[in-house]
Amino acid sequence: MRQTIYLALRYLAFHRLKTLILLTSITLIIYLPIGLRVLVDQSSRQLTARAAATPLIVGAKGSPLELVLNSLYFGSDSPEATRYEEATRIDSTGLGTPIPLYVRFRAQEHPIVGTTLDYFEFRGLRLAGGRQLGMLGECVVGARAADALGVGAGDFVVSSPESVFDLAGVYPLKMRVVGVLDFSDSADDDAVFVDVRTAWIIQGLGHGHQDLAAPEAANAVLSREGNRVVANASVVQYNEVTADNITGFHFHGDLSGYPLSSVIAVPPDDKSAALLRGRYQSPDELVQVVEPVGVMDELLATILTVESFVVAGAVVVGLATLATAALVFMLSLRLRRRERETMFKIGGSRLAVGGLMASEIVAVLVGGSLLAAGLTFLTSQFGSVAIRALLRT
Amino acid sequence: MTDPAVVRIDDLEFRYAEGEFRLRIDELDVARGTTAAFIGPSGSGKTTLLNLIAGIALPASGRVTTDGVDVTELSDPERRSFRVMRIGLVFQEFELLEYLSVLDNILLPYRINPALRLDGAVRSRAVDLAERVGISNMLDREPGRLSQGERQRVAVCRAVLTDPPLLLADEPTGNLDPVNRERVLDILFDYAAESGTTLLAVTHDHEILDRFARVIDFRLFHGEAS
Repeated sequence: MRQTIYLALRYLAFHRLKTLILLTSITLIIYLPIGLRVLVDQSSRQLTARAAATPLIVGAKGSPLELVLNSLYFGSDSPEATRYEEATRIDSTGLGTPIPLYVRFRAQEHPIVGTTLDYFEFRGLRLAGGRQLGMLGECVVGARAADALGVGAGDFVVSSPESVFDLAGVYPLKMRVVGVLDFSDSADDDAVFVDVRTAWIIQGLGHGHQDLAAPEAANAVLSREGNRVVANASVVQYNEVTADNITGFHFHGDLSGYPLSSVIAVPPDDKSAALLRGRYQSPDELVQVVEPVGVMDELLATILTVESFVVAGAVVVGLATLATAALVFMLSLRLRRRERETMFKIGGSRLAVGGLMASEIVAVLVGGSLLAAGLTFLTSQFGSVAIRALLRT
Repeated sequence: MTDPAVVRIDDLEFRYAEGEFRLRIDELDVARGTTAAFIGPSGSGKTTLLNLIAGIALPASGRVTTDGVDVTELSDPERRSFRVMRIGLVFQEFELLEYLSVLDNILLPYRINPALRLDGAVRSRAVDLAERVGISNMLDREPGRLSQGERQRVAVCRAVLTDPPLLLADEPTGNLDPVNRERVLDILFDYAAESGTTLLAVTHDHEILDRFARVIDFRLFHGEAS
């Protein structure tokens, strides 16, 4: 048998292109439906788990799916902004703890999530090193983001400008990394967390500049009328918050009107949740409250429908490919008739000669199955990362 | 006592299932250790007789005794094992496997019949044979990269690897140029002389007949092409 397998492998190695095509075909036939099933199962579990752990999300009226994906996975499609006063409104009802989220900016491809310390407790995120957010301009980085950006506590992360051609747009803010989160196998691993007010500073809603009362700023002052000071463009603007200049940072206007992507509401019980939902039922209401589980169930139903079509297609294509592979094997047997006759003439046993042809087919089938198993394993290991990346885009 | 005839044919009649071809040989003995050429017109049954001697084909009646064994009495698996151990076959078209190296082609009989066991001694013998016929520097090459003469030398090594008492060659020089023809014949005859192997060859080439101890003309037999 060993000799037969050796000859079969030599044949397959010699006809490597044909073997490669057959192996690829068999691998895909097996992998596509199974891999897709694994991916869908994994995405279902992941989507459901994170959604189930998030009781309610409050945000501007619009697409509930966009609101949920942005709040859970920090997707790049930002929903219509809501106002900070929605967080204080939830708090004032006493029906739940509000956790504001402002996800608009990025550090390279990593979302910058403006929030409060309640978020870390709510998601059960722990620090692997460093400390929690303490002052403006600091950030805590998710495990994968820290790896990708190559930063640790004490390093800096710079926010990416929204458009390099927009001179009046958002300027980069240099943020000190004060902590790195433990790996949590969730979207939080890829994020850069800042205080929500730091996110507003990135947007330019809050800013820091040279003290106009200081003598060295005298040349920059154009006029003074009581508390109102008008300065020219020579006044020094800060692009980093430090202990020395933090007092120069301030916000103009009423913070309650500042933007948020959404607010996660965490009611203490089901009754509070129901009561809170009731507060947003008015037709004149400008915000919506959604249950992420319900939204994700709808999304999953769509995914499962698509999956069943894709699997049906894959099965049909698989059968056609199998038939083609069978034809290739049969044609190969016919073309090798003379080879078999030679082996018979010089004394080859029926078992050995028949076994040689069979071994080649079995080797391709086993090879294809092993490759498919390997791909399925990789899908099960890294599928969740791919799903999260997909949800972020 | 060893039979002095390595091939003994008695009252043989062979017909193909289809067609009118018929081969009839009343009596034919080939002495052990001799060299003999089968000549005759195409379709006279020369190759058929080689197949009958090797047990590849079976007669309708009569007996074919090869190296003391009546091959007509053997079962199919027994005939295959008999062939792989006692008969070396050389073909006009060489019949090498394109996907095997020269060494693997020489070792082929040991890879396709469990009656033979492939071990280090066999490998050494294969390398020695390759060296003797001048192809030891090509052992890793595939047949597609060899000349016609080199391929036939590989086929000869494959045929004699088991040290068979009988070597059957069907037009062994039919596809070779004069230089390679002489070289392959030298190898076959030298090997037969040194090992005492009987060499039976089918040929249409009358220029080489004087090398054989005996020439058997098939016009003597009742062979008819359909």
